[in-house]
Amino acid sequence: MTSKEIDLTGPSGLKAWLTTDTPGSGWQAACGRAYRGWRSFASNPLGLVGLAIVVLLLICAAFAPWIATTDPMAQDLALRLQPPSQAYWLGTDRMGRDTFSNLVYGSRVTLYIVALVLVIAAPIGLLVGSTAGYIGGRVDQILMRITDIFFSFPRLVLALAFVASLGPGLNNAIIAIALTAWPAYARVARAETLAVRRSDFISAIRAQGAGSWRIIFRHVMPLSLPSVIVRATLDMAGIILTAAGLGFLGLGAQPPTPEWGAMISVGRQNILDQWWVAAVPGVAIFVVSLGFNLLGDGLRDVLDPKMT
Amino acid sequence: MRRVLAGGGGLLLSLFATFLGLLFVTFVIGRLMPIDPVLAAVGDRASVSTYNQVRAEMGLDRPLWHQFLIYAWKVLHGDFGMSILTARPVLEDLIRVFPATAELATVGIIIGVVLGIPLGVWSAVYRNSLLDHVMRVLGLVGYSVPIFWLGIMGLLIFYLELQWVGGPGRLDVYLDGEVPTVTGMIMVDSLLADDWEVFDNAFSHIILPASLLGYYSLAYVCRMTRSLMLEQLNQEYLITARVKGTPERRVVWRHAFGNIQVPLITVVALAFANILEGSVLTETVFAWPGIGRYITTALLSADMNAVLGGTIVVGLVYIGMNLLSDILYRIVDPRAR
Repeated sequence: MTSKEIDLTGPSGLKAWLTTDTPGSGWQAACGRAYRGWRSFASNPLGLVGLAIVVLLLICAAFAPWIATTDPMAQDLALRLQPPSQAYWLGTDRMGRDTFSNLVYGSRVTLYIVALVLVIAAPIGLLVGSTAGYIGGRVDQILMRITDIFFSFPRLVLALAFVASLGPGLNNAIIAIALTAWPAYARVARAETLAVRRSDFISAIRAQGAGSWRIIFRHVMPLSLPSVIVRATLDMAGIILTAAGLGFLGLGAQPPTPEWGAMISVGRQNILDQWWVAAVPGVAIFVVSLGFNLLGDGLRDVLDPKMT
Repeated sequence: MRRVLAGGGGLLLSLFATFLGLLFVTFVIGRLMPIDPVLAAVGDRASVSTYNQVRAEMGLDRPLWHQFLIYAWKVLHGDFGMSILTARPVLEDLIRVFPATAELATVGIIIGVVLGIPLGVWSAVYRNSLLDHVMRVLGLVGYSVPIFWLGIMGLLIFYLELQWVGGPGRLDVYLDGEVPTVTGMIMVDSLLADDWEVFDNAFSHIILPASLLGYYSLAYVCRMTRSLMLEQLNQEYLITARVKGTPERRVVWRHAFGNIQVPLITVVALAFANILEGSVLTETVFAWPGIGRYITTALLSADMNAVLGGTIVVGLVYIGMNLLSDILYRIVDPRAR
């Protein structure tokens, strides 16, 4: 495409369609809103860095077999604890497994944890918060008291106690983290619900005969969703760190699953002479957590300007 | 005065409800366990009648709400059951390990508050200055880096390589038991015994883990102080003070900072509670014989009584910190009276 063509399509093309004041359809209006959101997000360089890190993580996870240089499970005791070299970019661990390949496959485990925790925790939080905020009164008091009880626990300790009784393992760790993650979303959803429950459009819907559940599910929850998403993005770093902590303690993913926290725990045994074995997965956790934090900050500025 | 009492009564009631909830959660966690506690006690060769007898003795044949009441009653009387691992009452173990955590957390919070508050105030006063940006980056790193990894790297650099600090544990082995245990906090005990060698040694051991915990609370305290200060710095009463010729230092520290002291209490209490959470992993890395390490060691041997006992104590400290900050709030802020 030459510059001339861009000039031709410029004023009347896609951009104009997106930025028009008079969208012809709901779809066009939604696209326009997304476009303006993106423009505002893109003006924040740190948010873009965060997005880039998260996209990189997604690519790593999706194309792990092609990116990894060796099979992550392949052990070669003759080549244990190698320093970084051309064949083993980040060295090998005490079982002779390639650290780089494990790191790449570990991105799948990390995404699996984050996604499942959110899939479990976000709907619970959304449901509890919206219900408490919309119905109010006794229901609100009881639900929020339960939320407060979960808040009065340190998250990691509660997750530890859950894993202790469920037994160690990746899926149990995910359940434990999800059980400690939902109260934050419930609070956010409740605050959002309180802001809209008295508005005219809710009254109008009620006057048309809609029941409480219909209003909560169809009209209140969708409005709480953006705030919950922002909160969840900011939470992802915390989820990753908690999962890594559980893995480090030997309560999360079990070897040989390439989980980053467990990799640090393995590398720690050779910290004196082969420090990089433990150092590298820690850097990976740090970079990914940082990415989610930056992305979350950027999203918050776009979706929820009043919080800044 | 009556309103204070009424408010305090409501507060106590809600705290008690929270505590019952905490007990309920730990009760449920204890029952979730896939291991049959009766079978674990009698072994799988016991006869049915023995099994039933032990089951009745453990109260497991009663309805769940009854079991919960028994459990709550026991915990309220300090009976957390026996630890499988140490073969001692869990309460005894917890009393023994708690001072180590208290010492570590206290040094940590001192570092976090003494540095965090002034840095937060300066970040707000000199907004968008180099200091402000550095603090923001430090905060972001603090929220993103795994504390146990930082601990391992800290040990590698400052203990193994540079030998600036003591290694894992609370003291060098040859000094163990040198000073009599009074408070259980070695630094306090060594001062009481006037034994400076032990004090120096204990300090060299505590400084690295406490700095790590302090860093995390510094990041939090600094950020909260900054945003609280920014709110005040835009207020008109500060302009009035400046117009009247009040020196800038007095405007910042006396007028603006004076007004954020009350909410800062809550921030510090929360930071202290967070340090307890961080201490679980930190103590594991630094072989620090405190409550966090007690919980994680018990976890690995499925010692549920010990795990739940430790969880309840940590939860209690959490609730206690909330109560303390509420009380201080009422004392310091005349509007809350």
